[in-house]
Amino acid sequence: MVTLRCQLGWAKGMPGSLTETDIGPSVVSPLDRVTPPSCKRQMMGPLSFITMNWGACPGHTMVLQPSERHNRDWSHGRLGPWCSPTGSPAPLSCETGCGEGSWILVCRLLVPTQVSLLSMEEDIDTRKINNSFLRDHSYATEADIISTVEFNHTGELLATGDKGGRVVIFQREQESKNQVHRRGEYNVYSTFQSHEPEFDYLKSLEIEEKINKIRWLPQQNAAYFLLSTNDKTVKLWKVSERDKRPEGYNLKDEEGRLRDPATITTLRVPVLRPMDLMVEATPRRVFANAHTYHINSISVNSDYETYMSADDLRINLWNFEITNQSFNIVDIKPANMEELTEVITAAEFHPHHCNTFVYSSSKGTIRLCDMRASALCDRHTKFFEEPEDPSNRSFFSEIISSISDVKFSHSGRYIMTRDYLTVKVWDLNMENRPIETYQVHDYLRSKLCSLYENDCIFDKFECVWNGSDSVIMTGSYNNFFRMFDRNTKRDVTLEASRENSKPRAILKPRKVCVGGKRRKDEISVDSLDFSKKILHTAWHPSENIIAVAATNNLYIFQDKVN
Amino acid sequence: MMLSKGLKRKREEEEEEEPEKEALAVDTWWLDPRLPAVAQAPPAVPSNSLLDLSVLKLHHSLRQSEPDLRHLVLLVNTLRRIQASMEPEATLPSVPSPPEAPGVAADSLLASSDAALSASMASLLEDLSHIEGLSQAPQPLVDEGPPGRPSGGAPPGLGALDLLGPATGCLLDDELEGLFEDIDTSMYDSELWAPASEGLKPGPEDGPGKEEGLELDEAQLDYLLDVLVGTQALERPPGPGR
Repeated sequence: MVTLRCQLGWAKGMPGSLTETDIGPSVVSPLDRVTPPSCKRQMMGPLSFITMNWGACPGHTMVLQPSERHNRDWSHGRLGPWCSPTGSPAPLSCETGCGEGSWILVCRLLVPTQVSLLSMEEDIDTRKINNSFLRDHSYATEADIISTVEFNHTGELLATGDKGGRVVIFQREQESKNQVHRRGEYNVYSTFQSHEPEFDYLKSLEIEEKINKIRWLPQQNAAYFLLSTNDKTVKLWKVSERDKRPEGYNLKDEEGRLRDPATITTLRVPVLRPMDLMVEATPRRVFANAHTYHINSISVNSDYETYMSADDLRINLWNFEITNQSFNIVDIKPANMEELTEVITAAEFHPHHCNTFVYSSSKGTIRLCDMRASALCDRHTKFFEEPEDPSNRSFFSEIISSISDVKFSHSGRYIMTRDYLTVKVWDLNMENRPIETYQVHDYLRSKLCSLYENDCIFDKFECVWNGSDSVIMTGSYNNFFRMFDRNTKRDVTLEASRENSKPRAILKPRKVCVGGKRRKDEISVDSLDFSKKILHTAWHPSENIIAVAATNNLYIFQDKVN
Repeated sequence: MMLSKGLKRKREEEEEEEPEKEALAVDTWWLDPRLPAVAQAPPAVPSNSLLDLSVLKLHHSLRQSEPDLRHLVLLVNTLRRIQASMEPEATLPSVPSPPEAPGVAADSLLASSDAALSASMASLLEDLSHIEGLSQAPQPLVDEGPPGRPSGGAPPGLGALDLLGPATGCLLDDELEGLFEDIDTSMYDSELWAPASEGLKPGPEDGPGKEEGLELDEAQLDYLLDVLVGTQALERPPGPGR
């Protein structure tokens, strides 16, 4: 006797914009997670898709009726054309269904032959999910861990990528006069599976589907374009809307069946009728097979025609139109790998000068390169490095100096770098030291050995500028994130957590107590939770709206409106 | 407790681990003692546990199927620092040399771990470069001229991408394939399923999918589907006429 598990959900057109609908005890989850990694790991048997059209539906009560065409088709593992409720094939249309939209019920049969909860944990151990074998994990929602957050150039859209290879795009509501206090909240706009886990047969390695970075292209027409990348492959996605459909075909009847031309006596012109908004995401380009090592950065050039992708040892330049060629512009791989002492950690194009880019290294250095100088930018134009502070020197000096993120200011005059304990702002014209250094969590300096022990010292935090380059923000532990005002030199520590923030509540500044005496609201260093780290944050390009990713939760904070 | 539960040791004969609450105190013993600023630091030699910890981490990292290069490089550099401070007079060998120092436990451990370290690092990094040579499919081209210069005056290429999409508003047959492109179909793209359907595309994980897909035969799945479908079949009441 085999236990049958079934996942049912609603897909409106594309599995991109979905709503949760409860239609019975067999519903497990909405189908926006069409390939939930947790299922994949547990499931040992084959998958099967069937579709069922729906019958009448007052409101949202759906009645299911299988189409006779599908009774046999399921075995092919693919879907045939949609069927109308009477069972004959028909294209998807407003007429089929309750008129509210073109809803398709998609059902996935999971036929596990062996389900073992323990197998999931073992699976995770053998898969290298992260480097640490010492920390505790929350296995259940590992796939939902957000791995990148990015606003688009207008701030209208916010994209997140997660460890399961999914991209979720949020869109800001149009502000309405009726609800002035709601300054445009962000709602889910589109969800799609960007990357799947792959298997590299040559190396016998599994390539993680985790989205390392998302970068938006500036909008040039009605559609939105973004680049998303995992360790090896960059993809260009087009996200577009459909809100009209043609109606009144001559050769097909209302339900899509072909009409016998002999029966047609009149002709009509098809008209475009509005339909419910449908958002679809399609992969437009796949840029693969150009990186031997793990891609850590992508950056769109200001010419909007090229972009670069950087891995540990190389940086490649791509043209958006061409997927089978890329130019290698930086290569720091030594001839003898035994001499390897430094890797590339991040790279970014200058916001205005399309020939200039920077890349940071694991030794705490930044190199600025000009592509006009030579084809292979192995010789930098500028080299930024701060001399080591002898009083702070330790065995961990190099690890904590490793730069985890580098970002140009919007003006293009400064770069900001994040290493383990500090954020630094550099003037492009001064290479020998940063112009500003901000301590993110200096109280950890005396705990470096423990942080080395549990691998936290290798965490890679990102940093962001606000729209006017006056405030910088970065994350820390215990779900804390920090903001530094460059003009007033004031800083604040805030916390992103459900317990401490209700909707519309003002965030309370937090403080970490380092000395002996702890005040009431302070947290002592010893009670910080190092599994709750904020690595990814984003700042709206022009307004004071920030997005903070705390493990598998996304928080969006806005300035208080008076 | 503040940090992790402590290092999981594999070897039985480890010296006693420092109790956790010591780890919370300001620890300076690992600061480089050669510098005068650290006058108050205790012994000049870093504790063996730091060396052991680092070696353990390195071995663990090397054992990964695809090691994180940054992690590896930082570990190796840190280990070299530790070794350099433990044997300040000896030059740091990149080729393993036999331990010549007499039997201080630290020294032999150091030398052997250094040998193992160098050997592992060398072999690993060599493997990486071999594999890279094999797996690079399209060779990256090196342009003669500066590749970053934009083609002057040309409109951004993305406008062209729009033309490729279908213009109609409703989903026609061809589009249905695209509808489910992002759904992982690898599990059932196997002989168990008749591949005759025109829409079938091979999934990326054909290998693992096939082995697991043959567990149930078609008749069993037929039955299961009928069960599901049968319980859900209902009449559709006449609608208001759309």
